[in-house]
Amino acid sequence: MSDHGDHGEHADALAGPPPVLVRLRDASVRFGAVQALQHVSLDVSAGEFIALVGANGSGKTTLLRLLHGMLAHGGGRHVADVSATQVMVFQKPFVLRLSVWNNLQIALWLAGVPRAERSARAEQALRRVGLLDLRQRPARALSGGQQQRLALARAWAVQPRLLFLDEPTASLDPSAKKEVEAVLEGFAADGMTLVMSTHNLGQAKRMAGRVIYLEQGTVMLDQPTALFFSDRGAGAAAQFLKGEQRWALG
Amino acid sequence: MGDFSQSVATAVELIRHADAALLRTVLLSLGVSGAACAFAGVFGLLGGAWLAVARFPGHRLLVLLLNTLLALPSVVVGLTVYLLLTRSGPLGSWGILFTPAAMVIAQTLLVLPIVAALSRQLVADSLRDGGDQLRSMGAGPLTCALLMLLHDRWAVVTVLLTAFGRAVSEVGAVMIVGGNIDGVTRVMTTAIALETSKGDLPLAMALGLVLLAVVGVINLGIGLVSRGQGSALAGVR
Repeated sequence: MSDHGDHGEHADALAGPPPVLVRLRDASVRFGAVQALQHVSLDVSAGEFIALVGANGSGKTTLLRLLHGMLAHGGGRHVADVSATQVMVFQKPFVLRLSVWNNLQIALWLAGVPRAERSARAEQALRRVGLLDLRQRPARALSGGQQQRLALARAWAVQPRLLFLDEPTASLDPSAKKEVEAVLEGFAADGMTLVMSTHNLGQAKRMAGRVIYLEQGTVMLDQPTALFFSDRGAGAAAQFLKGEQRWALG
Repeated sequence: MGDFSQSVATAVELIRHADAALLRTVLLSLGVSGAACAFAGVFGLLGGAWLAVARFPGHRLLVLLLNTLLALPSVVVGLTVYLLLTRSGPLGSWGILFTPAAMVIAQTLLVLPIVAALSRQLVADSLRDGGDQLRSMGAGPLTCALLMLLHDRWAVVTVLLTAFGRAVSEVGAVMIVGGNIDGVTRVMTTAIALETSKGDLPLAMALGLVLLAVVGVINLGIGLVSRGQGSALAGVR
């Protein structure tokens, strides 16, 4: 089912292919009577920015959780380096009823960062997402976009090799959406590996290097972004594009 | 109505003159119930947090049992502790029956299910909201649960207040294991029971009003602290 395309092959031939961070082979997830994912095989390689697209209930979030190792599953899931940090940021960010600063401190403590390094890391992370001036503010008093940026700062602070994002801009207004996208583009430019589910095809087109299209728990297409958006012969994906492009592209 | 107004006047007089016996009784009430809540707080919060994340055969049955114990009659607790601490009982060698220590044990057992059951529910609800996020950041199940207690700390204070209210207002357990000995184990509720049995209803009612006033002042203090904390945080905006 997986089709990684030839994106970046020339560079890979010179520098060697980037290492695979997570590999799924014939992985399936079932919730009671519902088959949420079936026979998914794909690799996530270092430095990639992957967008998962598909209709509601197509299995995007389940795939993210499976990749992150949060779900029991059939088939194989292999993580190249189990000690490498990977973090997931959810659609509705959960922040503790503490200050912005203490939310960062707890994330760093959970990641096992030595106490001496935590303050510097927290400060760097908050500066990165533009929340340094608000560090003493209660996290729950932040706006939706700011909370999402705090969640991203919390994730960035622990320096994950792999960051999973579940529709990170779905509930944000256009201005907050732009801010979050800018932060994510910065992470990608730094070489962080990102896997993001999104309903916004324009966002996928602008930001991702590879698009995985899911339908009813099955990976229907897995292509470089340029190919995905130029290929109109791909049946279900084309229907999906036609149906959503009008409002989602932009 | 006459009895009631007389009770209020008596209560005001008792407080105004800071009657030594009354003060001793109030302090013993607060001490015994406060200590019981502290013990129940430590074990109940930890136990409740653990129950919210633990999964084992019989877990649901244990939660059901815990929730049932919310209605535990204080007299049953008193009798149980009495049977344990009486000279011929398994813990009779401790020699603490009819002492404040025995009253603390009885009230701890009485309010432990309240703290454990309510904190379990509190943590379970919060975990539905943010458990995945904390797990994703590397927190183990028990760490997630303890972080949720921190997250919901003001709700935890309410749980502890509820437990304190139950402890300080019960009479059955402390009467049985304390014996209502004047100056030693007499607390507000046993004093009220005694005055009622003696027929001094206005004094009994007045003592009740004093007890309510004391608990009201504690609640008010905690409310002000929590509100102050909230304003201080909001003021940073």
